[in-house]
Amino acid sequence: MKKTLFALAASAAVMLSAGAAQADGHAKTKACFIYIGPTGDFGWTYQHDEGRKAVEAKFGDKVETAYLENVPESAEAQRPIEAFARSGCNIIFTTSFNYMDPTNKAAAKYPDVKFEHATGYKREHPNVSTYSSKFYQGRYVQGQIAAKMSKTGVAGYIASFPIPEVVRGINSFILGAQSVNPDFKLKVVWVSTWFDPPKEADAAKALIDQGVDILTQHTDSTAAMQVAAERGIKAFGQASDMIKFGPKTQLTAIIDDWAPYYIERVKAVMDGTWKQQDVWHGMDHGSVAMAPYTNMPDDVAAMAKKTEESIRDGSFEPFTGPVMKQDGTVWLKDGEKADIGTMLGMNFYVKGVDDKLPQ
Amino acid sequence: MRLELQKRAGASTLFSILSPFIALVLTLVAGAIMFVILGKPPLASLYTYFVEPLSDPWAREQILVKATPLTLIAVGLAVCFRSGNWNIGAEGQYLIGGMFGAMIPVLFNDWNSPIVLPLILIMGMLGGALYGLIPAFLKSRFGTNEILTSLMLVYVAQQFVDWIVRGPWRNPQGMGFPGTKKFNESAILPSLWQHADAHYGAVIALVAAIGVWFMLAKTTKGFEVTVLGQSPRAGRFAGFSVKNMTIFAFLFSGAMAGLAGISEVSGSVEKLDDKLSLGYGFTAIIVAFLGRLNPLGIVAAALVLALSYIGGEAAQISLGVSDRAARVFQGLLLFFVLACDTLIHYRVRLLRTPKKLSGKTHQPHSPSQVDTAKAKVWNQVGHGN
Repeated sequence: MKKTLFALAASAAVMLSAGAAQADGHAKTKACFIYIGPTGDFGWTYQHDEGRKAVEAKFGDKVETAYLENVPESAEAQRPIEAFARSGCNIIFTTSFNYMDPTNKAAAKYPDVKFEHATGYKREHPNVSTYSSKFYQGRYVQGQIAAKMSKTGVAGYIASFPIPEVVRGINSFILGAQSVNPDFKLKVVWVSTWFDPPKEADAAKALIDQGVDILTQHTDSTAAMQVAAERGIKAFGQASDMIKFGPKTQLTAIIDDWAPYYIERVKAVMDGTWKQQDVWHGMDHGSVAMAPYTNMPDDVAAMAKKTEESIRDGSFEPFTGPVMKQDGTVWLKDGEKADIGTMLGMNFYVKGVDDKLPQ
Repeated sequence: MRLELQKRAGASTLFSILSPFIALVLTLVAGAIMFVILGKPPLASLYTYFVEPLSDPWAREQILVKATPLTLIAVGLAVCFRSGNWNIGAEGQYLIGGMFGAMIPVLFNDWNSPIVLPLILIMGMLGGALYGLIPAFLKSRFGTNEILTSLMLVYVAQQFVDWIVRGPWRNPQGMGFPGTKKFNESAILPSLWQHADAHYGAVIALVAAIGVWFMLAKTTKGFEVTVLGQSPRAGRFAGFSVKNMTIFAFLFSGAMAGLAGISEVSGSVEKLDDKLSLGYGFTAIIVAFLGRLNPLGIVAAALVLALSYIGGEAAQISLGVSDRAARVFQGLLLFFVLACDTLIHYRVRLLRTPKKLSGKTHQPHSPSQVDTAKAKVWNQVGHGN
């Protein structure tokens, strides 16, 4: 019933918008995407591209999409963003953190184009929105699984850049692990890149050599999963279901599902109802999902499912006290929940992370 | 049966001039075939690639921005190549130039003064020149192959700059992303007009091209470069030193590459980051040859190569072809330029009777250093960046 209603509403909206778009002089609404890596990374960029394809599947002839891949996170990014804006894109999704300034600069020059910047926080112009997902919710579930599955009691974390989003993931993971094993330890390697398969693989090997027997990552390729498979340890997929790259290795994966958001925002442009916003959805909206729990005993899978469900229905929040910071000071008192400001700007480790946070 | 290259008695002047144009046409034909294979309409694709950007003032400005470093590096390389020295490491000199120039705005971020800008440009040239000096010194002192040393030093420079922007020079407020603080106003090369992406680097490049043309065509130094390049022996009789020329050629081309680096850092990026190395130093080798090692020809060639970048992005947007296609075009272009040059100077002969292995092999043409260098260039551009 709900589905039918939605479909009806959507098609009505499409019909309305077709009229609106034509009156505007555009036959189609054009949605464009800027990617940090190749669409074939089978991680972060792959999932954004799946979202783009979902937009095409949803709106068919009413929409046109385009993307640019391997766009560096530098001043060089502004030219392709502007090229998109000039080529008739009505809405442009820039899908990496450091496209923040180029996106805002381009938005100033092209006020009629809508810009959507993933994972950033700057909305300097009314035509810029930001959006992200609560990936850290999935990290907590992963941490619990890791603590159950690890024999050495140490997991390895391949991290990209010490931005709050990444730090949040690390903290959530260790809190999940400590909820099962209070002495659980986490080693972190910073690779300073989002997508560099050889570097990611080297980091994975270094961590394994240091005795970790569970790997997780905040980078975009499947390299770490493949190394883990070779070395016979377990690992978590990142951004996308990576089970194909480690059928006997992947425990679960955090799946970023951008499709609902992209469909919603493209539709808003079609309807002329697009407004600036800042969106941070989690499991409750389905924007963060878990891949099937594989390669683990049933009781571990059952525990993971239970935690996942309690996060989804809002009865549990990973950042709930008591939580101590790495230096031993109290961050969250018993039962206290983290405030959103601290969450968004998280720049400290919690207790148990065996690493010094780069400043 | 075997193929042999035989030197022609005299190269046709007409074809020498036409050569780059023939190469361009062949590149377009090969490109059209590539589009057919990719399942795209060939003519419309070529139009998107090479014509459409020219009709949009914004795209023309972007072409100018891209052509600026290519011109600066290539005019330096023209002098170097003409003198018979093969500097393949302009990319490294470009990076070190950018880094040297960035030293003042990074270490003295608060220093606002009109002399900052000229000073950092000079620092950039100095950095590039000093880095170019290393292969030059090794060649003139120990006779090492400058093609290898200059190329290898590119990788050293890349790693070094990568380290410095992640380590000691990293912006403390940069969320851990590699890159220095943004430069202050007085260390930024101004835009050509308000809100323009094009900056005064374009003017510097044009002045440099004219200046180098004048030097090569009208001065004794230019004569020395040409004589030593064409016949080192004759040059020695004229009292010119091959070793000094090697040093000069590398200092000069290194300085120009360094200037390109700092003008890019100061004019476009406005800070030093880990994305400075975009392969301009290698693309500039194509530019130098496509421009027939003539500074004025180089300006035109740089615009053509810049067009291939901007057109490549346009093609990605409207045709959905991969970003690799632009690089294939650049590779094809260099291939055809070098092939045309070779065929103008040599004829291909098919020998039906293979020579006896034991007999003394007749070598009508031993591969010169020029060909080795070109082969190296080809390898680099083919899969270097």
